[in-house]
Amino acid sequence: MTMRTLLATTVALTFAGQALAQDFNDPAEFKKQREQLSMTPQGPEGQPWAQHLGDGMVDTAKYKKDGQVTLCFSNAGVFNPWRVVGLNNLNAEAELHKDRLQQLIVVDAEGKDDKQISDIEALVSGGKCDALIVSPNTTAALTPAVEAACAKLPVIVFDRGVNTSCPVTYIHPVGGYGFGITSGEFIASKLKKGDNVLALRIMPGVDVLETRYSAAKNIFDEAGINVVGSEFTGSDRAKTKSVVEDYINRGEKIDAVWMDAGDTATAALEAFEDAGLPYPVISGEDQQDFLRKWQSEKLTAIGPSYPTYQWRTAVIAALDVLDGKQVPGPEWVLPQPAITEDVLAKYIDERMPPLHYSLCGCQELPGYPERWGGK
Amino acid sequence: MTTNIAKPKPAIPDLPVAVLLAGLSIGFFAVVALVTGETAQLSGEGIAGLLQRMVALGLVALGQTFVILVGSIDLSVAALISAVAVLASHVMQGDPAMMLPAVLLCLGFCAVVGFVNGALVAYGGINPLIVTLGTGLIIQGVLAASFGVLQGAVAREFQVIAYGSVLGVPYSLLLLATLSLAAGFVLDRTLFGARIYAVGGNPDGARLAGIRTERVILSAHMVASLFAGAAGLYLAARLQSGTPWIGRDGIYDLESIAVTVIGGTILAGGKGGVAGTLAGVLLFATLDAGFNMLGIDAFLKQVLRGAIVIAAVAVHAVRTKGHVA
Amino acid sequence: MMTVPQTSASLRRPARIAINAGLVIFIALYAAIGFLQPNYLEPGLFMNFLRRAAPLVILACGQLYVILTGGFDLSMGAVATLVVLAASILINGDPDTTWAVIGALYVMGVSIGLVNGFVVAFLKVPSIITTLGTMLLVNGLALAWSGGAARGDLPDNFRNLGRLVWRDVSVIGTLPLAAVVLAGFVALAWFGLNGTVYGKRALAVGDNPRAAELAGTPVAATRILAFVVSAVSAVTAGILLGGFSGVSVNAGEGLELQAIAACVIGGAQLLGGRGSVWSAVFGALSLFALFTLLNLLGLPQALRDSIQGVILIAAVGASMWRTRRRN
Repeated sequence: MTMRTLLATTVALTFAGQALAQDFNDPAEFKKQREQLSMTPQGPEGQPWAQHLGDGMVDTAKYKKDGQVTLCFSNAGVFNPWRVVGLNNLNAEAELHKDRLQQLIVVDAEGKDDKQISDIEALVSGGKCDALIVSPNTTAALTPAVEAACAKLPVIVFDRGVNTSCPVTYIHPVGGYGFGITSGEFIASKLKKGDNVLALRIMPGVDVLETRYSAAKNIFDEAGINVVGSEFTGSDRAKTKSVVEDYINRGEKIDAVWMDAGDTATAALEAFEDAGLPYPVISGEDQQDFLRKWQSEKLTAIGPSYPTYQWRTAVIAALDVLDGKQVPGPEWVLPQPAITEDVLAKYIDERMPPLHYSLCGCQELPGYPERWGGK
Repeated sequence: MTTNIAKPKPAIPDLPVAVLLAGLSIGFFAVVALVTGETAQLSGEGIAGLLQRMVALGLVALGQTFVILVGSIDLSVAALISAVAVLASHVMQGDPAMMLPAVLLCLGFCAVVGFVNGALVAYGGINPLIVTLGTGLIIQGVLAASFGVLQGAVAREFQVIAYGSVLGVPYSLLLLATLSLAAGFVLDRTLFGARIYAVGGNPDGARLAGIRTERVILSAHMVASLFAGAAGLYLAARLQSGTPWIGRDGIYDLESIAVTVIGGTILAGGKGGVAGTLAGVLLFATLDAGFNMLGIDAFLKQVLRGAIVIAAVAVHAVRTKGHVA
Repeated sequence: MMTVPQTSASLRRPARIAINAGLVIFIALYAAIGFLQPNYLEPGLFMNFLRRAAPLVILACGQLYVILTGGFDLSMGAVATLVVLAASILINGDPDTTWAVIGALYVMGVSIGLVNGFVVAFLKVPSIITTLGTMLLVNGLALAWSGGAARGDLPDNFRNLGRLVWRDVSVIGTLPLAAVVLAGFVALAWFGLNGTVYGKRALAVGDNPRAAELAGTPVAATRILAFVVSAVSAVTAGILLGGFSGVSVNAGEGLELQAIAACVIGGAQLLGGRGSVWSAVFGALSLFALFTLLNLLGLPQALRDSIQGVILIAAVGASMWRTRRRN
């Protein structure tokens, strides 16, 4: 018995990747998100950033504040294109509310937990903020700082969460399982039993990414599809292309490529081009370069999303709270649409840069397209 | 022969650099706070918040000062910080009874890493950059690979280190102050400190004077690793649980070297000290806080920080006679 | 084949030794790759291996110049990133401007090299700090300019430099353009150290700057030129990287440390005094072969870092041991 436990521990340590996947494999959450994907959202038609799934609302009358207000935003950082687009959304949304909003103070933690805690403490002690928006760098790490802030002013959290229910609301799209379900089911529907899929992932240990993979992996296992490899690319195009080339050179037949984020999808496809092979079935995301390639090469593809329009929602929620209006809560779950072949054309905008996220919900915002790097 | 190494006077006076740098930093912070109307940042709470930004980097940099003084360098601190933070939260699992064992285990681990680094540098004769780059990679790899089974959180009681305070002074600041004084005392007033300056300033001379230079280098590496361990424990307390990337994301390796050199410690070894390093850390903390108040764009911040690092070192390095590489 | 004198003090060693360190490791690693995956021994896949390794080899050659003079260049990864982002913004899909922009990129690279060199030589800031500063500065500039995400577009004639592969070439089958660029760059780097007086000067400066100065060597100029060569190599590598896989904001991330590690694995001595272009070339090829081998072994990604660390220490430790035994 002891021997077996020891052996199991050793195996677990050696194949930590698998142990990791288990931690992010929650069947209840999987089921919940699968239901949410097909739910009809409530709220204004055609404005997914203002919509929500489910019925929960929270009362915010006690936070009501008249006159001009100051919003403070503690950002984890702008270390990837998703966050760059998001921050532009947030700033543009704030511009829409000039009459109500006196100032939007944005501080950037450069991806450092320690700095973000200090940043939040400084914002709270500075006394200028009427409400605080937080996009946490790490869930657990930011919990105490957010708890301390909750005692002083209304807090709105979005993207990654915190381990406390003290914020007025936590804004997020359906989630990682939903992302993995959409992409996994599409690939499973296009492949036969026994076909091969290569999983390309950004990095291990990030909850919002791990859940995407665990959901897709479950679906592949169920459909009898063989995951030939799961590789981390660090969002690096050169590394992505090299990894795929190595798999091709090994003589593996790759029928589909599944990705937990689409920013290197075109690099993965180039590896097939350079090897003179046909394109695989692929799941990317809502980046312009991938959508254009999809259209021009007539790929069999899907673009699930983790929409950047949630950055708009954060400002809307903060102002609603200061107006004393009811807001969806304690979790504000946003719809999480996927781009499919029939709606592909309407998401392509040739003016936008290659890594622009099409589900930004920003087309009507002030400064479009220049603010987002378009021309 | 032994007399002239007993009390080495730093050729560049340590204090003026430190005082000048600290003065400039505080002045910058005060002016920015006044100009932007953030006067609350000049209150006791604001200042405590500013100083708290120094703690993690300060602890690492104190240790880095020891290795740089002895003419070595340590790039493995970032990975070590992550390892300690993860290990501490894994061993504690929220149980206050496990606090002491966890701390001892972490510091023991640091001592081992420091010993390996030091031994490879001092006895193996391998360039310290390569040694510590290598050990850093090894630690980082093992850590990331086993993170799935190394989860947990530190005990609530342990978080007092990061969040508790006495008379408005956070414990973490007292910790940094105490360790700084201790490090300063060791360097200035003890035989070990004198040997560090001697070995860093002139290894051949030190050897001729009967100092076992290898031992001094090895000890300095152990000191650096233990200080990195202290930083890791502090971060674990502050972040509740460690992730295998907090050291790397915090860039504690390069930043600790930068603040040490900005503070007037010479990379070749033998000159410098704790006061300068702390002033360098204060500069970085005020830049962080000041840039926040000014609302400077994240990318522009990086540009400014790069230029400031060069300028801050150039100010005192330009007087160097002879060549540097 | 000639190599430069090893150190001012020691005897001129036969070329064999300078080659051996990196070459032996490379052959061993590539043999292991071939054992696992025999088709990597075919010329086509070997050429593809060279195509992918080209940026790292070129960076290592540039880094070697700085290492020979006793310094480090940590800014080269950031320069490569800047090159990729700048090329895509400036060219913006218009193939007619490609060559003009490439010229501009080299001008930009040379200026960064000059800044590094001047700060080290005249402001006396140690190169590790100087180039750490320029790394932050250049990276920040690149991100601020592009707004933090890829922008613009690279036309095919630019992409071809890193991507084009000629097929049906006699004897070798396929020939990537990047391999030609690589061969050209290595030849130039070799000539710079062996065909001109510069190589001796660099070694002398790295070995003992004071002595070199007394012997009449222009120490400052030698240093500055090394940083310029290093920056030029970073621009070249950046062009190939952008060509190989397209625009991204982290194209050059971490390459500076890989380049330093490559030189050291190949037998160059940090802080100057020993090394040849071959240490850089074979060191970089070894490192890249190691990456490929670890990919093929299918180990958990994270452990690959650990193995890289072990190999790094072991390679340098072994070369230290050899040197000691010889003395």
